Amino acid sequence: MAALVIAEHDNLSLKAATLNAVAAALQCSPEVDILVAGNQSDAAAQAAAQIAGVSKVIQIDAPNLADQLAEPLAAQILALASSYTHVLAPATANGKNVLPRVAAKLDVAQLSDVTKIVSPDTFERPIYAGNAIATVQSSDPIKIITVRTTGFDPVSAAGGSAAIEKHAVAADAGKSAFVGRELTKSDRPELTAAKIIVSGGRGLGSGEKYQELIAPLADKLGAALGASRAAVDAGYVPNDYQVGQTGKIVAPQLYVAVGISGAIQHLAGMKDSKVIVAINKDPEAPIFSVADYGLVADLFTAVPELTKALG
Amino acid sequence: MKILVAVKRVVDYNVKVRVKSDNSGVDIANVKMSMNPFDEIAVEEAVRLKEAGVATEIVVVSAGPTQCQETLRTALAIGADRAILVETESELQPLAVAKLLKALVDKEQAQMMILGKQAIDDDSNQTGQMLASLLDIPQGTFASQVVVTDGKASVTREVDGGLETLALTLPAVITTDLRLNEPRYVTLPNIMKAKKKVIDIVKPEDLGVDISPRLKTIKVEEPPKRSAGVMVADVAALIEKLKNEAKVI
Repeated sequence: MAALVIAEHDNLSLKAATLNAVAAALQCSPEVDILVAGNQSDAAAQAAAQIAGVSKVIQIDAPNLADQLAEPLAAQILALASSYTHVLAPATANGKNVLPRVAAKLDVAQLSDVTKIVSPDTFERPIYAGNAIATVQSSDPIKIITVRTTGFDPVSAAGGSAAIEKHAVAADAGKSAFVGRELTKSDRPELTAAKIIVSGGRGLGSGEKYQELIAPLADKLGAALGASRAAVDAGYVPNDYQVGQTGKIVAPQLYVAVGISGAIQHLAGMKDSKVIVAINKDPEAPIFSVADYGLVADLFTAVPELTKALG
Repeated sequence: MKILVAVKRVVDYNVKVRVKSDNSGVDIANVKMSMNPFDEIAVEEAVRLKEAGVATEIVVVSAGPTQCQETLRTALAIGADRAILVETESELQPLAVAKLLKALVDKEQAQMMILGKQAIDDDSNQTGQMLASLLDIPQGTFASQVVVTDGKASVTREVDGGLETLALTLPAVITTDLRLNEPRYVTLPNIMKAKKKVIDIVKPEDLGVDISPRLKTIKVEEPPKRSAGVMVADVAALIEKLKNEAKVI
């Protein structure tokens, strides 16, 4: 039996997280199909057909699927689920939103934020903000899984040649409607896909200082911008910058933590980064316990110096 | 409008848990327990909706051992009107909790259900969505703003690229994100008042719900430790290390 991956897309293009979910799916089953449910989603469906290892793309187009609302999207997945042993989605805001709806209707458990496929019915997932790793086994006939993308190397976005099958849309009660979206505008790499991330914390003291110190350093490094919960709560930056247990989970090649003390909730979101740099004036800050390179310094002088030296 | 709020008793967010030496789980004996922080935000939101005249009654529910009554008392002190404890010593997984809550929503005929988006112990992020699914009603997850008018809830959600707003026909399930509100401090007079409020106790069997776990935990282990790093003297030394040792810039 095959596995079904729910594509993360905006109708025009696929989000990179889909590739990590396909990688996890291929460890569950040799046959992996992918669902692109959207509106006028031909471009996304064609991109999905190129993914290495995908057998078939199922495309469902309808106006109420344009914005990935949980209710109509769950209805499409439910109509397909009985043909599959595994249904997977990346553990993004969308994946987390829709899959539990599917699991409950199928009367099966969901495995959230899976970091390792031990066998097709046994999985590893972090609990307690990543302070423990649980190995759990599911006896349900269909495994519903959200995939922590940092746990799986992405498959190639090219090289595949899957057929695209168009399916009719399943009915939805129409009790939810999309009103609007306010996306943070940025020319920088996306946080969860970036190779380098520069994150700022409360040590910066203000949103102005964040822009004045963190943004130029990120520009020099070609990095995405991140933040601790404290910095987001204090209003320095928008919510979607938050890295941590309840924000985004990242694992870039290089993570630079500036003025971040390192609460366990923040460490949960970044401690799988390949190289961690911490700049903090407090030598006792917990961030240094996970840092490969620690610099005890006043960030207001050290960061501009670093930015300048990277010239 | 009646609001039902679900709260979970979890290990306090300041506690760093330890994995048991036999790898059967984490050691939660003698550690501080508190209300799941997202659930505290849920209770606060319900109380604010009542203060704004939108809600008429707030029923707070918890499921678990008898000690969950302390968590319910906290919710009553924040301003919930009455409480229900679904008492069980058995392990409860999200699907089972969603089924218990569905049974209570059916009984109470609540119009809005507010839950934390995720419990900080099992980090599942499932129960609210599962409850909405079982009730066949819409959901507004990861909410940072909730406005109720004319039988509809306008919910602003924290999504990956920023914010999005949905219009949901009530009844609906809302799950809270961190920025929805800042829960008030509980005052002594309100703690005293909460002691007089009613906590009804029911058993899962009374609600006709099978709570048997679907997932079996085989083992729980410590995460791999990062090897100790080095402290560098200055910015120049840092750049040298990143260029020549780590080779990441």
